[in-house]
Amino acid sequence: MPNKSNKMKFLVPLISVFLGLLIGGIIMLISGYQPVEAYVALFQGIFGGSYYFGETIRQMSPLILSGLAVAFAFRTGLFNIGVEGQLLVGWLAAVYVGIFVDAPAIIHIPLAVLAAGVAGALWGSVPGILKARFKVHEVITTIMMNYIALYTTNEIIRNYMLAPGERTENIKESASLASPFLQSITEYSTLHFGIIVALIAAVIMWFLLWRTTLGYELRAVGFNQHASQYAGINVSKNIVLSMAISGAFAGIAGSMEGLGTYQYMTINAGFTGVGFDGIAVALLGANSAIGVILGAALFGGLKIGALNMQSIAGVPTELIGVVIALIIFFVACSYLVHWLMNRVNRGGKI
Amino acid sequence: MEYVIDMRNIRKEFPGIVANDNITLQVKKGEIHALLGENGAGKSTLMNVLFGLYEPEQGEIYVKGNKVVNNDPNIANSLGIGMVHQHFMLVDKFTVTENIILGKEPTKGGKVDLQTAAKEVKALSDQYGLSVDPFAKIENISVGMQQRVEILKTLYRGADILIFDEPTAVLTPQEIVELIQIMKKLVSEGKSIILITHKLKEIMEVCDRCTVIRRGRGVGTVNVSDSNPDSLAAMMVGREVNFKVEKIEATPKEAVLTIKDLVVHDSRKVPAVNGLNLTVHAGEIVGIAGVDGNGQSELLEAITGLHKIHEGSIHLRDKEITNKSPRSVTESGLSHIPQDRHKHGLVLDFSVGENMVLQTYYQKPYSKSGILNFKPIFDKAKKLIEEYDVRTPDAYTPARALSGGNQQKAIIAREVDRDPDFLIAAQPTRGLDVGAIEFIHSKLIEQRDNGKAVLLVSFELDEIINVSDRIAVMYEGKIVAIVNPKETTEQELGLLMAGGKRGTVHAE
Repeated sequence: MPNKSNKMKFLVPLISVFLGLLIGGIIMLISGYQPVEAYVALFQGIFGGSYYFGETIRQMSPLILSGLAVAFAFRTGLFNIGVEGQLLVGWLAAVYVGIFVDAPAIIHIPLAVLAAGVAGALWGSVPGILKARFKVHEVITTIMMNYIALYTTNEIIRNYMLAPGERTENIKESASLASPFLQSITEYSTLHFGIIVALIAAVIMWFLLWRTTLGYELRAVGFNQHASQYAGINVSKNIVLSMAISGAFAGIAGSMEGLGTYQYMTINAGFTGVGFDGIAVALLGANSAIGVILGAALFGGLKIGALNMQSIAGVPTELIGVVIALIIFFVACSYLVHWLMNRVNRGGKI
Repeated sequence: MEYVIDMRNIRKEFPGIVANDNITLQVKKGEIHALLGENGAGKSTLMNVLFGLYEPEQGEIYVKGNKVVNNDPNIANSLGIGMVHQHFMLVDKFTVTENIILGKEPTKGGKVDLQTAAKEVKALSDQYGLSVDPFAKIENISVGMQQRVEILKTLYRGADILIFDEPTAVLTPQEIVELIQIMKKLVSEGKSIILITHKLKEIMEVCDRCTVIRRGRGVGTVNVSDSNPDSLAAMMVGREVNFKVEKIEATPKEAVLTIKDLVVHDSRKVPAVNGLNLTVHAGEIVGIAGVDGNGQSELLEAITGLHKIHEGSIHLRDKEITNKSPRSVTESGLSHIPQDRHKHGLVLDFSVGENMVLQTYYQKPYSKSGILNFKPIFDKAKKLIEEYDVRTPDAYTPARALSGGNQQKAIIAREVDRDPDFLIAAQPTRGLDVGAIEFIHSKLIEQRDNGKAVLLVSFELDEIINVSDRIAVMYEGKIVAIVNPKETTEQELGLLMAGGKRGTVHAE
């Protein structure tokens, strides 16, 4: 049986992607667009040149990190819906260090990334403490903490860091992840070094969960709190720690935006959505480090490709939102995919 | 002779394990047929094959003379086969009738016709002497009644072959007597019954014939009237089974566990343990007898550090462990076979290997500077699996995939192997078959003979009497009497457990 379930782990997302694109195409047809033309444009918009490729990778970096945040918490039995909020405070912390600290790049960049991680960890540990101490469900508190993060970061920018254009000043160059070299080899896309940070984080998540005693404790608590307590594991400590580590990944996702893509932070009218996309990426990637990277690649690719699809085929980018939603829908109800596969298998026999 | 169920040479494989190998089960009309086997012998798999949940690799199934190729549970239902599950599948908030008709609701004018359904349920209940109230809510009726609702569910769907899966595991002695009467009534009305069990006493009492399977293989079918518990046990386990616990005289030495004036409050802040004194010495097994709910769980949780102690003290040798953390208590030399192996004993989604180091993963050689070292972990696990005969495909299999008896053996392997000064065994044999029980008892006695102190908590009086060297009777949070198992009877213990007084022996 384990072989079969492993195979399914790969097959379900693959088939879901296929079904999502198929039904997305039907919707295009009904809405009066040309699906083939649209998908060709989409494909070219992802692989059709180093510029698009660079953009896709740039888009992936924060998605990998927010996906890791959700997946890590999930592995330890927690639903972190607060990645968005943790990402915002991480973004602000990174930009703050980027603007107000003077240091050579070799210190400044890690310091700013670290600040983002610490801010996200602190923000994430609040729901952790509430859960461990008062048994408040983390889904409720993390959602509320998202709003607190959104308005608090906006207020801090407005009062202490405001520059013309409803945003902060640019960070110093010594803190920037942007790279003229990467830009030059990708026909001047916005690609930056963030992807390296994201990939290192994926390795760290895997190592932490599967190779350390801390990961053993976290997974044990996630599966069975009673048995963990019986075995002498401090359950409360592990809940707080899990939320803090998850929050740290989310905070570093924020630094991708602050130190890489934008070089500043704006006053946000609403959520960025990157944190919520992380939930979908984690789901698509079956909560494994490698799966999250692949899921983020798919999401990043679709989002960047959609821009080309709009300009070439005239299909609005919103339709890619529909396709993404369909893919998530099919992964979530993998039962349907199993059922479809059984039908196909049986059909093959007859 | 035509059989109502005729399963011939069934073989069912799972990756790495053959769950059923050449098993033949033939049930005659109107008989009670026992399916006997140890935990994990393949009884459930065989029934799942019959129900069409698994497709066998080999073998043929005939129901009432017709060959069946079933891969759909609904076919089993339409053939008149019904299952009375061990864990009831009932909606608590619904009435008896609502539960019975669920999925097959009679309707009148678009509405569920509860009145007609209730009448039918009542008629069925009267016919088989079940005395079930069709309008009672499930949450308000006893476990024994709920089981009868499960029986009615199958009858309502027209089953004439009923499968009972370990039906007595959840029942009180009185309810067992009643269930046996019901089963006899069912066959006298022309139904056929398959009784899945590992309790030999029940087979001797109600069954006509018995099919035995061992480690997935069919051993054979015998007439119950031609056999006896010893021969059945030998067929099931594959060797002679010793029902009497063999042990030499205990030689108690120094005190290992000393509990003084212990008071523990339960979740409602009422004292569950109320001024309890107890000493357990090296080289003896002290059994705690008591009716469930007299503070046994709270006592064990207090000793192991899982529950706050309000007054009194607990010492392990010279070390005070009152209100210490579970880890610090464990490190002081305590092992604990917990009462609920799924809730406390194992992380079911972890592999067997990972479960074997649940209390020691942070120590050398299993980890170093916070990094796990998998080779020693799985080497250890493989050694324990071999030594304690834990039947699992390998050490990497999730604990969830093991049968109850093998899960328990894994826990015992882990706890005994830590070589504690003091071992707590709470209900160590609950739900296990005779072979496993014998093994576990011998392990407890071996620990005693090695000079360890053992505290045994069990609701099975014969277990307490057979295994213990001293029996402490617990009633309303206190030890009310210490008795010598050789000089007591079940009747006397029962009286003491119910709060009765005894003239000669008093609590120390």
